[in-house]
Amino acid sequence: MSPAHEVALELDCRDLPCPMPVIELARHLADVEVGELLAVVAHDPAAAVDVPAWCRMKRQEYVGADAADDGAPRYVVRRVRVGSS
Amino acid sequence: MTAASTGPGDLDSASSAPLHPAAREVLLAALDRGYADPRRLHRAGREARLLLDNAREATADALGVRPDEVTFTPSGTHAVHLGLLGLVRGSRRGTRVVHSPVEHSAVRHAVAWGAEGDDRAVHVDRQGRVDGGSLVEDACSPHVGVVALQTANHEVATLQPVGELELPNDVPLFTDACASMGRLPLPDGWAAAAGSAHKWGGPAGVGVLLVRKRARWRNPFPGDDRVDERSTGFENVPAVLAAAASLQAVVAERDEVNARQHELVDVVRRRVAAEVPDVEVVGDPEHRLPHLVRFSCLYVDGEALVTELDRLGFGIASGSACTASTLTPSHVLEAMGVLTHGNVRLSLQRGTTRADVDAFCDALPGVVAEIRSRVGL
Repeated sequence: MSPAHEVALELDCRDLPCPMPVIELARHLADVEVGELLAVVAHDPAAAVDVPAWCRMKRQEYVGADAADDGAPRYVVRRVRVGSS
Repeated sequence: MTAASTGPGDLDSASSAPLHPAAREVLLAALDRGYADPRRLHRAGREARLLLDNAREATADALGVRPDEVTFTPSGTHAVHLGLLGLVRGSRRGTRVVHSPVEHSAVRHAVAWGAEGDDRAVHVDRQGRVDGGSLVEDACSPHVGVVALQTANHEVATLQPVGELELPNDVPLFTDACASMGRLPLPDGWAAAAGSAHKWGGPAGVGVLLVRKRARWRNPFPGDDRVDERSTGFENVPAVLAAAASLQAVVAERDEVNARQHELVDVVRRRVAAEVPDVEVVGDPEHRLPHLVRFSCLYVDGEALVTELDRLGFGIASGSACTASTLTPSHVLEAMGVLTHGNVRLSLQRGTTRADVDAFCDALPGVVAEIRSRVGL
């Protein structure tokens, strides 16, 4: 798999354990404009569940999973509102 | 004198409950009376046999089954393995097991070891309730020998529709009743079931396997020549008798205890949702085990949460990926699609009071805020 989405920001959380990838996502949400995509790249298997769950709880849009250039799992989020962490 | 190891802050009965007072006396008396081999015909042997038979009858009576349907095992896990795999071995249809994605790991390990099966076709909703329709539909496919569905979920308390399944003819149902046995009546419709005594205030090391009289069950493991043809190894008569005494007591007091615990868990659900920001209380709010609740706090490391709450005197379980040795998220929470980190599973003891619950709810927001502040959130 390779990148399927054009994202405004990609967060490298490859080596971070749970729950750091979701924390990084919350920290950097405001770095993209409303309507833009940002992605979390993480090997942590919990991220596959926690990124969509975070989107639901924070009312942001979970776009889906693809992969970074090196094949690492990547989770894509669209910022749809101003609220962040 | 050292401090008591348990107290009002032990809110983890679902992992293991302290010995019920009714079991303690019975255990102490039976240690002296029930040491002998219950197969022997001499006086001491007959005494042990009498206690073992008493335990079987009391257990059957408490659970509403026949005494010859009750087998004592060395653990709840072993009862799950025996019950499930024995139905697979007895099946004429095949060795495939259809099970839900939220079963206890004992079921998953048993299937991986001695059967075939997966949970991909069985749906579960966000509250952890298994869709009985998808389970029945999958059970109609070829080579399905057994269907497995828990009575209630051990992580999120949601009750499952065990008694409502209309399975195709000849496909027996195994139900893992470890989370609910004693606390709730058994549902209908199963061919074999399993329970675990230390979850109802009996001693550890006692499981209960129930096999219906007409079920096609064959021992999946090497047999033995004990009193009960389904069991292997020397019976722990004192522990089994204490487990039965505790079960009787729990069943006798459950209307009162369940009503009280259901209300206390409602307090926890309400207060946690209102007083901790960015938290999700999961599991069915109504159709659930009376004593158990689970919630997840965003951005919080589960191990830190357990440690900090323990420092304040509260014992809770966390199934967070961050605390598990495997670093894989809970398959139950994953199947439900809810947050897998920052989890608390709180389960009340029979003596837990409103004051104990309020003390926990008073302490929690500060603990969560402090852990979040470590990462600047």
